[in-house]
Amino acid sequence: MAHNHDGKDKEVHYVGDSRVPQNKKKLYPKDYSEYPGNTEPFFPNFLLKEWMVAVVVLVGFLALVMAEEPPLGEQADPTNTGFLPVPDWYFLFLYQLLKFKWASGPFVVVGTVIVPGIAFTALLLAPWLDRSKERRPFKRPVATSLMLISLVAIAILTWEAEDEHEKQLASLPKGSSEEDVKIVDQNDPAYEIYKNQACVNCHGEQLEGITGPPLKGIGDAYSAEQIQHIMDTGKGQMPAGMFQGTPEEKRKLAEWLTKQKTGKPKSTEH
Amino acid sequence: MLKSMYEWLDKRIDITPMWRDVADHEVPEHVNPAHHFSAFIYCFGGLTFFIVVIQILSGMFLTMYYVPDIENAWKSVHYLQNEIAFGQIVRGMHHWGASVSIVMLFLHTLRVFFTGSYKHPREFNWVIGMLLFFVMLGLGFTGYLLPWDNKAYFATKVGIEIAASVPIIGDAAASFLQGGEVVGAQTLARFFALHVFFLPGILLALLGAHFFLIRKQGISGPL
Ligand code: HEC
Ligand code: HEM
Repeated sequence: MAHNHDGKDKEVHYVGDSRVPQNKKKLYPKDYSEYPGNTEPFFPNFLLKEWMVAVVVLVGFLALVMAEEPPLGEQADPTNTGFLPVPDWYFLFLYQLLKFKWASGPFVVVGTVIVPGIAFTALLLAPWLDRSKERRPFKRPVATSLMLISLVAIAILTWEAEDEHEKQLASLPKGSSEEDVKIVDQNDPAYEIYKNQACVNCHGEQLEGITGPPLKGIGDAYSAEQIQHIMDTGKGQMPAGMFQGTPEEKRKLAEWLTKQKTGKPKSTEH
Repeated sequence: MLKSMYEWLDKRIDITPMWRDVADHEVPEHVNPAHHFSAFIYCFGGLTFFIVVIQILSGMFLTMYYVPDIENAWKSVHYLQNEIAFGQIVRGMHHWGASVSIVMLFLHTLRVFFTGSYKHPREFNWVIGMLLFFVMLGLGFTGYLLPWDNKAYFATKVGIEIAASVPIIGDAAASFLQGGEVVGAQTLARFFALHVFFLPGILLALLGAHFFLIRKQGISGPL
């Protein structure tokens, strides 16, 4: 029986028939008294403290999980042309970069390869670009300020991308093209007004939309004032001043359009 | 009982030094949040690992229901989320965990950067860390497609278009990701394989190297 370091009998000594040499030196931890300050063993002492921090994070995380349902939109429909694509939030800054004039169109390599390429290569090679012995951030102003500038740039780009996306969503047509949403109250005299106006040429006899978007269910999204405003000033591809008639008729038409409700809970997906 | 089982094993295969080597090393005061509150910044690496473990476990449960084909992917997620007990919680953990792990990863990287811990002799571990960063971004990109809702579909389509616009390697990269003529069945199967087998495998291998180096080199000293 070989005796190992703690004096207990072990059968492990594999001499002759093994790759493990009998007298192989092992890494034995130094005595604790050889370390200065309040050092402590990794396991279990330190890991317990780190677990305390982890518990705080875990509680916060589970609160988030329980409070916020993970989103799931409508099933993917490749023929849907009106959908506004958006990547997950941590890719937004790269996505936004491609919207600059100098980083899109013929210069798109600037946005896809050159700028991210330089940034990530510099990050990857940081230990060789910043070779001084100094570790304190204030003592290496170039590295620190480059990183701070990048962080600010990332924050601004992310915020801009998010803001632009929100605005685009808000201006998207809100009517419904679904089969089961029907035109409401077709006997209302306002429907006659509608049919005699230019509206019908673009938005269709059943409000189903022709060159303009459908107006079925439009009452879920707009008030009568807002619809009158759209009639006066137009919107996107819709020209201004499409309504020709008395203010009274215009008000009636707008009010009738607000009656066009889908009767469904509002879809939040985009 | 447990003790004698352990001793039986230890006698034969001498396992004590293996775990003692991991457990018994000294952790210095300046990274211990119990001694200095500011030392919590040194916890971000461990917290990233903690969230990664949550991602792996919740992901394993998700694959018990998820079906990676374009007919059923969305339906299986919908079913999991709305019909299965705790399905929403498990999916929620994986969904929000993806964001939280990116946040933690980011904070950990900033801690290492601002404390200058990437300097000699830890250059190599920094490079491994950057590779970990890219693998995590890859996991985010491939995972985003899997629920197969409109958001997933169109974001991936745009992502692949952007990849295709890169000179020289763009077309190859795009057809590697897309797998077919359009973003469709083959893309989904491929993203599933990448997300569930390839990238986690690479991630674990890199993590092993990361931790091995930390153990070898010790944590960087106080500033
Ligand atoms: C030349 C074709 C055309 C005519 C005529 C027209 N519209 Fe439009 N309309 C459009 C287009 C195109 C849009 C989509 C604008 C956008 O959001 O880009 C639109 C949008 C709208 C919207 C907002 C829809 C939404 O979901 O945001 C309303 C309300 C509307 N039109 C009402 C009317 C009314 C009322 C009339 C008649 C007075 C009318 N339109 C005449 C083309 C037309
Ligand atoms: C999944 C991702 C990662 C995990 C789980 C992880 C985990 C860890 C852990 C537990 C430590 C010990 C110290 C600490 O907790 O701060 C550490 C140290 C370190 N990490 Fe990471 N890490 C990851 C990604 C990264 C990235 C992206 C980088 C940088 C590019 C990086 C660079 C380093 C370096 C250089 C050290 C040594 C620091 C020192 O000695 O002070 N790691 N990592």
